[in-house]
Amino acid sequence: MLLIHCPYCGEARPELEFRHAGEAHVARPVGADVGDEDFEAFLFLRANPKGIVFERWRHIHGCGRFFNAARDTVSDRFLVTYKAGDKAPADIEGGRV
Amino acid sequence: MAEAFRIRGAGRIEGARGVRFSFDGQSYRGIEGDTLASALLANGVHLVGRSFKYHRPRGIVSAGAEEPNALVGIRRDRSRQTPNVRATVQEVYDGLVAISQNRWPSLAFDVGAVNDLASPFFSAGFYYKTFMWPKAAWERFYEPFIRRAAGLGVAPDRADADCYSNRFAHCDVLVVGGGAAGLAAALAASDAGASVILADEQAETGGALRGEKTALVDGKSAWEWAKEATETLAQRANVRILTRTTAFGYYAQNMVALSERRTDHLAEPPTDMPRERLWQVRAARVVLATGAIERPMVFPGNDRPGVMLASAARCYLNHYGVAVGRRVGVYTAEDSAWQAAFDLKGAGIDVSAIVDSRPSPPEDFVERATALGIECLTGHAVTGTSGRLRISSLKARRIGGTAIRDIACDALLTSSGWTPSVHLFSQSRGKLVFDADSQRFLPGEGPQDCISAGACAGALSLAEAVEQGFRAGAAASGKRRRKPVPMVTEGASWSEGTLGPAEDAGTGAFAKAFVDFQNDVTAKDIAQAVREGMRSIEHVKRFTTTGMATDQGKTSNMHGLAIAAGILRKPIPEVGLTTFRAPYTPVTFGALAGHARGALFEPVRRTPIHDWAKMQGAVFEDVGQWKRARYFPQDGEDMHGAVARECRTVRESAGVFDASTLGKIEVTGPDAAAFLEMIYTNPWSKLAVGRCRYGVMLREDGFIFDDGVVGRLAEDRFHVTTTTGGAPRVLHHMEDYLQTEFPQMRVYLTSTTEQWAVIAVQGPKSRDIIAPLVEGVDLSDATMPHMSVREGKVCGVPARIFRMSFTGERGFEINVPADFGRAVWEEIFAEAQKTGACAYGTEAMHVLRAEKGYIIVGQDTDGTVTPHDVGLAWAIGKNKTDFVGMRGLMRSDLAAGGRKQLVGLKTIDPRTVLEEGAQIVADPNEPVPMTMIGHVTSAYWSENCGRSIALALLKDGASRIGERLFVPMPDGAVNVEVCRPVFFDEEGGRLHG
Amino acid sequence: MRRYSVFAIAREAMRGHRGWPEQWSSPEPKKSYDVIIVGAGGHGLGTAYYLAKEHGITNVAVLEKGWLGGGNTGRNTTIIRSNYLYDESAGIYEHALKLWEGLSQDLNYNVMYSPRGVMMLAHNVHDVQVFKRHIHANRLNGIDNEWLTPEEAKAYCPPLNISRAARYPVVGAALQRRGGTARHDAVAWGYARAASARGIDIIQNCEVTGILRGADGAVTGVETSRGTIHAKKVGVVAAGHTSVLMQMAGVRMPLESYPLQALVSEPVKPVFPCVVMSNTVHAYISQSDKGELVIGAGTDQYTSYSQTGGLHVIQHTLDAICEMFPMFTRMKMLRSWGGIVDVTPDRSPILARTPVPGLYVNCGWGTGGFKATPGSAHVFAHTIARDEPHPINAPFTLERFRSGRLIDEAAAAAVAH
Repeated sequence: MLLIHCPYCGEARPELEFRHAGEAHVARPVGADVGDEDFEAFLFLRANPKGIVFERWRHIHGCGRFFNAARDTVSDRFLVTYKAGDKAPADIEGGRV
Repeated sequence: MAEAFRIRGAGRIEGARGVRFSFDGQSYRGIEGDTLASALLANGVHLVGRSFKYHRPRGIVSAGAEEPNALVGIRRDRSRQTPNVRATVQEVYDGLVAISQNRWPSLAFDVGAVNDLASPFFSAGFYYKTFMWPKAAWERFYEPFIRRAAGLGVAPDRADADCYSNRFAHCDVLVVGGGAAGLAAALAASDAGASVILADEQAETGGALRGEKTALVDGKSAWEWAKEATETLAQRANVRILTRTTAFGYYAQNMVALSERRTDHLAEPPTDMPRERLWQVRAARVVLATGAIERPMVFPGNDRPGVMLASAARCYLNHYGVAVGRRVGVYTAEDSAWQAAFDLKGAGIDVSAIVDSRPSPPEDFVERATALGIECLTGHAVTGTSGRLRISSLKARRIGGTAIRDIACDALLTSSGWTPSVHLFSQSRGKLVFDADSQRFLPGEGPQDCISAGACAGALSLAEAVEQGFRAGAAASGKRRRKPVPMVTEGASWSEGTLGPAEDAGTGAFAKAFVDFQNDVTAKDIAQAVREGMRSIEHVKRFTTTGMATDQGKTSNMHGLAIAAGILRKPIPEVGLTTFRAPYTPVTFGALAGHARGALFEPVRRTPIHDWAKMQGAVFEDVGQWKRARYFPQDGEDMHGAVARECRTVRESAGVFDASTLGKIEVTGPDAAAFLEMIYTNPWSKLAVGRCRYGVMLREDGFIFDDGVVGRLAEDRFHVTTTTGGAPRVLHHMEDYLQTEFPQMRVYLTSTTEQWAVIAVQGPKSRDIIAPLVEGVDLSDATMPHMSVREGKVCGVPARIFRMSFTGERGFEINVPADFGRAVWEEIFAEAQKTGACAYGTEAMHVLRAEKGYIIVGQDTDGTVTPHDVGLAWAIGKNKTDFVGMRGLMRSDLAAGGRKQLVGLKTIDPRTVLEEGAQIVADPNEPVPMTMIGHVTSAYWSENCGRSIALALLKDGASRIGERLFVPMPDGAVNVEVCRPVFFDEEGGRLHG
Repeated sequence: MRRYSVFAIAREAMRGHRGWPEQWSSPEPKKSYDVIIVGAGGHGLGTAYYLAKEHGITNVAVLEKGWLGGGNTGRNTTIIRSNYLYDESAGIYEHALKLWEGLSQDLNYNVMYSPRGVMMLAHNVHDVQVFKRHIHANRLNGIDNEWLTPEEAKAYCPPLNISRAARYPVVGAALQRRGGTARHDAVAWGYARAASARGIDIIQNCEVTGILRGADGAVTGVETSRGTIHAKKVGVVAAGHTSVLMQMAGVRMPLESYPLQALVSEPVKPVFPCVVMSNTVHAYISQSDKGELVIGAGTDQYTSYSQTGGLHVIQHTLDAICEMFPMFTRMKMLRSWGGIVDVTPDRSPILARTPVPGLYVNCGWGTGGFKATPGSAHVFAHTIARDEPHPINAPFTLERFRSGRLIDEAAAAAVAH
C-alpha cells in the first residue's frame, strides 16, 4: 500500500484514502471543431511510461481534492505531489513542462 | 510411553509441566515449551510424513520455519482442522491431536509408495510428455488420478470456528528477527529513544541462540544474555515485542506485513481471542535481522528419516534436551556441524563418525574430535544411506576413491553451509549481490530505508552478528551509538560450505540425491532440466518444481541453482536467482481477511424506512450496498401476485415507495447553473426557480453515464438526484470537472444522499394522501404543476416536495431529514391506507416505469448507449457550445446508422413474458451462429396493460416499428412485434392530474 | 523434433533420462529475418509457430527480453472460457477454445487443458440480467453457457456457500462446461518446442531497444541488446510493455499498464472441482493439478511496471474467497506474485496492423489474455503473413478508438475476464 503525500493536507497518508485518477496534464479540447485525431488522443492515448509518470490522484477519503503527482512506475516511488492546476516541476526527469 | 530420548540435565525446558498429545492416534508425552517436532523426537519418532510425488518416508529435517518434510494436520475439532502445519513450528499443548498426511492407509505402510518404485518413469516434467492419448482420457482418467495423488493435507470441510483480526501500526524502527543481531538492534534503537517493534517468529526471542551452548556474551551464556536483553526491552515503554509473529511481506514505502499467531499454542484458547492477527507496520526504518538457514548436504539417500540438519540436532539437544539418536553420524562441509557433534558427545550420545567433504577442516576440530573418540573422515563424501523407515547406516567414500565404508548410525546430521535469509530484503526490491568467495547472495543496495544485520547480512560469527545488530539499531534510530557493544567469546562460526552434491556423488543416472525434499526433486532432475534446454533458473524451477513446495526452497534453492550453474558452466549469478515473493512462510487466509466476514464483508446500507418495511414482511434485494424493499407480499402472495397488486393499486389509487436510496447532491454557488450546463446534456440556465427537469449525464466519450431529476430551489441552489448505484461516481465525476476543468466556477457540491429520506407517493390519489400533512405549499395543479419543487413542511418537518413521476401518474417525492423519515413515512402510509393505496417495492416501480418507457440507466443502457439511441435526443441542449460528452457524441460511429435503439416489444401471445437478456433475430431459422439484431433489456407482466411488455435495444429500432421479429429461446422462438416504447397512457395525460 | 509419448519416457527411464534433446535451441541471432516477433510469451511463440505451420514462414526470430514464458503467460491464473457477449469477442475466444481442445496433440506437448467448467456467480438482479444476456447471445453463437440455480451451482461446486444469509447471496450462476484451465508454462514451452522444431529462432535475454524504420517510414528491423536485427515485418506481442515498445516506433497507444496480482495456497487434496468467478465480490478461484488453490486478485488502481502490488488488494480478494468458501479461512497463502497487464479503454484487445507499415501489434488483453493464446496467435500470424487481418480479428483495430466502434465488454457486461 502506497503512502501518498496530499499537497492540500500537507500529510502523507495511506493509499486507502486516495483514488487514482489517470494521467495528468491531459488537456480537455473544447468545442465541436476539435479534430478526430486530437479527440482520440485526449480520450484514449496515454504515455503510459515505464519511468516517471505524471498522474492525478484524489484524496477522496480525506480533503476530497484532486492533485497531481510524479511517480516512478518502476519503483512506485513518488518524486513529488503538487496541487491541481500547478505545472509539473520542471526539474523532474522526463517532465513535459 | 516414556520420553526415551529426553536427556536429563540438557536443554532449557526441563521441569516444565508435562503434556499429552497424540500423533496418528498414538498418545505421547511432551513438556510445555516443546514443539511437536521436539516432543516426537523425545519419543524417538522421526518418521512423520510422506513426500509429495514418490511418497517416500520422511523425517524431521530442521528445527524451524524452513522445514520441508515434517508437515502434519492439526485437528482441534471438526471446524478447526489445519492441514500442512510444520511440526517444527507447532508448539505442543495438552490434548494436541496431530495426524500425518499424504499416505494411505498408514504412515508406515503407504500404498502411494509404489510411485517410488516407478520413479524412473516419473522424471522431471514427465507429465508434459505423455497422457495425450487418447485425447479424452486426460480429463476423464489421467488428470483425476494425478490430482488424487498430488496435494498434501486435507482441506477443512467446514466453516472455520475461529476469528481473526487486523491491526495497523507505526514505529520508528521495526526490527525483524529476535536473534542476537535483532535483540542488539532493538536495544540500540530503543536506547536512543526510538519507538521500536521487534517481531520474531518463534515462541520466544533468542533465534539461533536456542541451539547455542558454549558462547558467552558479556560474560554470560548467550542464551541468558538474550533473555536479559528481552527483559530489558520488555520493560521499555517505547518497545513492543511480538513473538510468534512472522514478518512475511515487505511492501512499498516500508510497509511490512506481520502475522501473529495468538492461539495455536494454547490448549484452551479464550473464545474471544483471534486465532491470528495481521499487522501492517509502517516503519520509518527497518532492521532486518533474519539470520541464516542451514542447508543439508546433497547425497543419495539424504532424505531418509533420521537425516537432519546439524543445527537442528544441536537445537533439539541444547534447548529441548532431546537427543535425535543414540548413535549419530555427521556429514558436513563447514565448521558449525562439528560443534553439534561435540555437544552431542558431551551429552553422552555416541557419535559414530564425522564425515567432512573438505580435505582439511580446522585442525583443532579434528584433534578435539579424535580426543573425544570420534572417527573423522575428512575429504570423504557420503554416497548413500540404508534403512527403511529410519536411517540405519551411512556409506562413506574418500572423494575420488572407490572403497566404501558402511557406518552404522540412527541419525545423520548434515550441513553444507548457511544461506543468509535475504527474502525480505529482496522483497523490498533490494538488489542482491553474489559474493563469489563465500558463494552467497548478500544484501546490496536497496531502495527502501532498511538495514540488514547479522547472519542475513553475511556476518560469520556471533560476535560479528551482535556488532552489526548494535550498529544497525543505532543507525536506524538516527542517533549515535552510545553504549559499548557487548563482548562475545567463543561460539561457532559458519563461514564455509558447499553447494550441490559432492564431486561424483549424486547426479548419477539413478541416484536419488534430493535437493527439494518435499517436491521430490533430485540433483539429476535438475541436470535433466538443463539438458532439455532450461537455461534460466526460473525454467529449471518451473520444470522440476524445485523450490515450489510449502517451504519455498529455503533449504534447497541455492543447491538447485549451483547444480544448474555447474552444468551450464556459468557463474551462479548468470543463471539467475528466482525472485523472492511474499509470503516468507505461508500465511492463513483468515488472517488476511481479518474481520471482513459476513456482515462486515461489506457494509450494508439501509434506509430510514428499512425497519418498517421489514416489519411489513417486505422481500429485499441487494442494489449495490443498499438493501431495497423489492415487494410487499400479503396473505401468502408470491412475487408475481404482490407485484401485480402493487402495480394495479398505484394506477387505481396510489402507492407509497421508499426512494431514499436515490443519490442526492446539493449543487450551490453563483455558477451552479453554468456548472450543470457543462455536466448535463440539458440546458439549465433558464430553468425557473421552483421547477425541475430530467437531466442526462454523459461521459466524455458520449455514452450515457447517469440520469436523474434536478430541481432548482434558488438561483444558486440545485437539488440533484442520481441513480441509486451511481451516486458516488457522479459526485466524483462532478468534483473532477469542478476542481480540474472549471476551477474558476464558484460552485459547491455536497452529497446529501444520507441526509434526506425520500418518500414517493404516486397515483391518482397521491395529492389527496399528502395534502392533509403538508403545510405552506399549494399543491394544486395550477400552482404546482408536474416537474416542480417546493420547500415547506410535511408532518411538521421541513421538507422538499417534488411533483414528479417515475410511474406516469400524478406523483410527489417528499424529501424530509433522514431522522424523521420513518415517522413521516408512517403518517403518510396511514393516510394512504384510507384511500386504498399500498406500499410498493422496486419490482413494481420497475414495471410501472417500463409501462411508460422510462429507462433505467444500467439496465436499458449498458455504457455503449447514446441519448439518441434511447429517444432522449430532446434532452440535449440545442444551443450549447460545450458539455461533457458533446464532442464524443460526434464521433463517426456514434452518429452512424445501424445503431441499436430503444423500442418496445409486444409478444404475439400476450401471456408470454420475455426473458431479460434474450436476443432478437429477424430469421428464427437461421443456423448458428445467428445474426442477432438486438436484445431485451426489460420484460415484465403488466397487470395494468393485461399483457406482457418489454423494452429492447434493437438495431435501427426506430424504423422497425410494427415489424414482426423473433426471440429464440431454447424451446423455440417467441414471436414479437416491435412497438413504440410506451405501453400505457401514451399521451401522458395522467401525469398532469 | 523427437516425439513425446509414454514409450519415449519408458525408453528414457532405462537410461536415467539422459537422452532427451533440448526442447528448443538457443541460437545466436542472425542479421536478418523475414519476421521478428517481439515477446516470447504464449501469444508471441504461438504466432511464430502458426507463421511456420500455416503460412510456411520459418525465417522468424522471437526475441525475448528475459526468459520465455516469463511474463503474463507464467503469471496468470490460467482460466479458459469463451462465453463473451459480443460477436467479435465470442468469435476470437471461441476460436481459441476450439484450438485449446486439440492443442496438446497439435504440439505433442501436454498443456493440460482441463475443461472442468467455469462458473460465474450472480449475486443480484443486475447480475442475473447480464448473465442471461450472455447465455442467450452465446447460445445463438453456438457457444455453451448455461444458467444454474444456486442449488445446481452448489452441486457443481460443493464448497460454495449458497446461504441466503451471506452478505451477497448467490442467486444463480452461468456455467460454461467447456471452460477450464491449462498449464501455463506448458503452453509457452510447447509452442517454443514446436516453433523451434520448425526452424524458428527463439532468442532469450535479448531486449529490444529500438524499432528501425526506413526513409518511407516502414519498419526495417529492431535494435536489441544483442545488436541490430533486420526484418521487414515486426510483430509486437509484449503484453504490459507494449506502450514502451510502440513508443520506439512513434506510435502512441490507447493503453495503460496495471499491476495484477495472484496467489496460490498450499497444496491440498482435491477439494475444488471447477473454476469459480464472482465479479460482484471480486474473486476467481480454481485448484491446480498440484493441489494449490489458484486465486486471482484485482488490479491495483495505479499504473505500474513494478510487478508488485499492494497487500490490501490481496486482502480484498481473500475477504471474498473466505466469504464464498468459509471452510478456506484456515488455508494458507503460499506464494503471491504480480504481473503487468495492458488495458485498453474498452477492455478488448488490439490485434492489428499499425500506422507504421510492417509493424503489427497484439496487445491490450488486460486480465484475460491467457485464454485467448492459441486463437490470438493463430489470427495474428495470419495478419502478419498476409498483411491483412483474419476475419476474426478484423474488428480489433486501433482505429476503433477514433471512430467509437468499441467492443466494450466491460461496459456491456460488468464482468471481468
